[in-house]
Amino acid sequence: MAEEKDREGTEAIVAEFHKKIKDAFEVFDHETNNTVDVEEEEPTGYIRYEKFLPVMTRALLERKYRPIAEDVLLRAFEVLDPAKRGFLTKEELVKYMTEEGEPFSQEEMEEMLSAAIDPESNAINYRDYITMMVIDEN
Amino acid sequence: MDCGDSLKYLVNLANTLKAALVIQNWYRRYRARLRARQHYALAIFQSIEYADEQGQMQLSNFFSFMLENYTKTCKEDSALVSRLFENTMRENKDRQDYVGLIEVPESYDGPRLHFPLTFTDIDLLLRAFKQQQILHAHYVLEVLFEARKVLKQMPNFTRIKTSPSKEITICGKFQRRNGLPSENNPYVFNGDFVDRGNNSMEILMILLVSFLVYPTDLHLNRGNHEDFMMNLRYGFTKEILHKYKLHGRKILQILEEVYTWLPIGTIIDNEILVIHGGISESTDLNTLHKIQRNKMRSVLMPPMSINEEQAFDLRRNKAGSSTVLPGKTESEKFSSEQLTKHEWEQIIDVLWSDPRGRKGCYPNTSRGGGCYFGPDVTSKILSKNQLKMIIRSHECKPDGYEICHDGKVITVFSASNYYEEGSNRGAYIRLSYGSTPQFFQYQVTSTSCLNPLHQRVSAMEFSAFKILKERMLSRKTDLINAFQLRDYSRSGRISLAQWAFSMESILGLNLPWRSLSSHLVNIDHDGNVDYMSSFDDIHIEKPLKEIKSSLIETLYRYRSDLKIIFNVIDTDHSGLISMDEFRTMWKLFNTHYNVHIDDSQIDELACTMDFNKDGSIDFNEFLKAFYVVHKYEKPEKSSN
Repeated sequence: MAEEKDREGTEAIVAEFHKKIKDAFEVFDHETNNTVDVEEEEPTGYIRYEKFLPVMTRALLERKYRPIAEDVLLRAFEVLDPAKRGFLTKEELVKYMTEEGEPFSQEEMEEMLSAAIDPESNAINYRDYITMMVIDEN
Repeated sequence: MDCGDSLKYLVNLANTLKAALVIQNWYRRYRARLRARQHYALAIFQSIEYADEQGQMQLSNFFSFMLENYTKTCKEDSALVSRLFENTMRENKDRQDYVGLIEVPESYDGPRLHFPLTFTDIDLLLRAFKQQQILHAHYVLEVLFEARKVLKQMPNFTRIKTSPSKEITICGKFQRRNGLPSENNPYVFNGDFVDRGNNSMEILMILLVSFLVYPTDLHLNRGNHEDFMMNLRYGFTKEILHKYKLHGRKILQILEEVYTWLPIGTIIDNEILVIHGGISESTDLNTLHKIQRNKMRSVLMPPMSINEEQAFDLRRNKAGSSTVLPGKTESEKFSSEQLTKHEWEQIIDVLWSDPRGRKGCYPNTSRGGGCYFGPDVTSKILSKNQLKMIIRSHECKPDGYEICHDGKVITVFSASNYYEEGSNRGAYIRLSYGSTPQFFQYQVTSTSCLNPLHQRVSAMEFSAFKILKERMLSRKTDLINAFQLRDYSRSGRISLAQWAFSMESILGLNLPWRSLSSHLVNIDHDGNVDYMSSFDDIHIEKPLKEIKSSLIETLYRYRSDLKIIFNVIDTDHSGLISMDEFRTMWKLFNTHYNVHIDDSQIDELACTMDFNKDGSIDFNEFLKAFYVVHKYEKPEKSSN
């Protein structure tokens, strides 16, 4: 009994997810032919909706793409700032972002810098930056 | 380094890597969310713009309905309707009647043009407009008459060729220029020169003057906004009447005619077709070449079938006596002043259609005119007419241009920031001899181009949601009814799914409602929607306390259509219509639009609007009174 109810509940949630995904997909589907542009995966440069839907549904169910928590982000910055100055210089930020992990492209780097860097000190005060970003999203 | 140190070193490295990854992942997701927000805002702007264009269809049907029911209406109504009809049978306007009668006073310190026009005049205009000066009506009319004279002699499609020394620039919507037009540097402007912003007049003047200076090197194609009825809805008429209080009406009359003489398109190297909108499966260049294009007055005035008796009556009403010409029947004569339905549709298709990925040809329901055409239609029409490519405009693209249908259709849209600061880039195309088209993109911004992306997206979002909420407000009653239908327990709450479904079906806008919901309505932790909360912070200001809310809402919702109807009735552009005309028009509107406002309410409304009790109504004042108040903002008139 309880299992059946659970299943129904999950089915309803999945149906809702499907609707939400489809609507969002259509905003990016300029050609109205059920594909969106993407830079990886398929050699044609498009992802078909049929392929996208199950992957995205699972991702939503598993809550895979939740925004990263503030404190996790803060600790990450602190690791890069061992001297605990409270900031990273522009050069340091650029070095880490373009040389470590999955490096930023030039466009991504420029974009991040435009909002993050305090023009007077030429540094990023990461606490303030994180707070600002969180506010903007909410 | 000993073991301990190298271990520490490796741990450090790993931590640094992890930290960098966290930050990069976070930033990329943030950026993706930002892009999604930008696209959502654009989708909102676009769907509302197209829904407005769809409203055109209804208005057009209304006019047809009025004209077709002409004989069935009673005496007062028929006078009104025949006056409308008169518009379709206007005589040729004589230059002397207009320009000659307008003097330019000594005290006028704006730009003075010298005919025949030269490059100096273009320069003069540019500098004057930069200083916010207005060109005197005398010169405006001179330019329009000259333009009409030159355009009349041009064929429906101008033909140009590239050559090794010659590159052609194609602009979708006028905003920037890149070097002066010349024999080796010709320009094609692909329609929609007017109707956005407050400087359409200045832009049009510069374009027409430039055209008159370089008539063989600057080519103008007609767009769907080169249509006097579109101008009524989208603001150009208002701009003209505001800037030229005395002579605006004359300018409007000649402008209407100039529009009809604009060529339909351009053909480059006999293989590239440049037109404003697109094609349909029945597009036939042979027909289009032969059409008398100046008979295409407006998308809202499709050709009417009319019988002998009606035509005779109209002539008599108009002239006061019968003016039957020997040898031709009335209806024949009338028909010869119109295009055939087939011809009219051919031009509408060219000015209004949009390409889509789906195969086939379907009516363009978003716009209410033209069609959606698929890649198969493109292939068929291109080969039938021995062409290789279509270059068109008509749709705003985020990157300023877009290629589709396997490279055979290019959209070029030159107005950057079309909806809002940061909404899109503009682009133009350079075609050179024997090579593929080159695209140039730009984004014209003022100081805000220095703003970081997230601020620009926030601004755009704010604007988009504001107009979306105004839209919701104009359908408030219907929306609430739909919500309540699903609210069995009368709790004021329904599920998100039910809310999204209601929104889509009532507003008719294809938007991702679930993703937008948090901006539009309050949602509780169960995921249920408090549907009335959307209307907490927004309401329509009542111009007069005595009017019922339902009437207010109807008037607000149809204010755009009403404005057009009023303006058409007001043939002398005085801004006033008589009480009788108002009542008659309202009765017809009532029936056709199926609104439920009874006659007594309208009478009451008419009387209250007649402020000085002289039997006439200033409808601009009337319509201006219906503006939306956003609770957390200073009251501002909604843009009409």
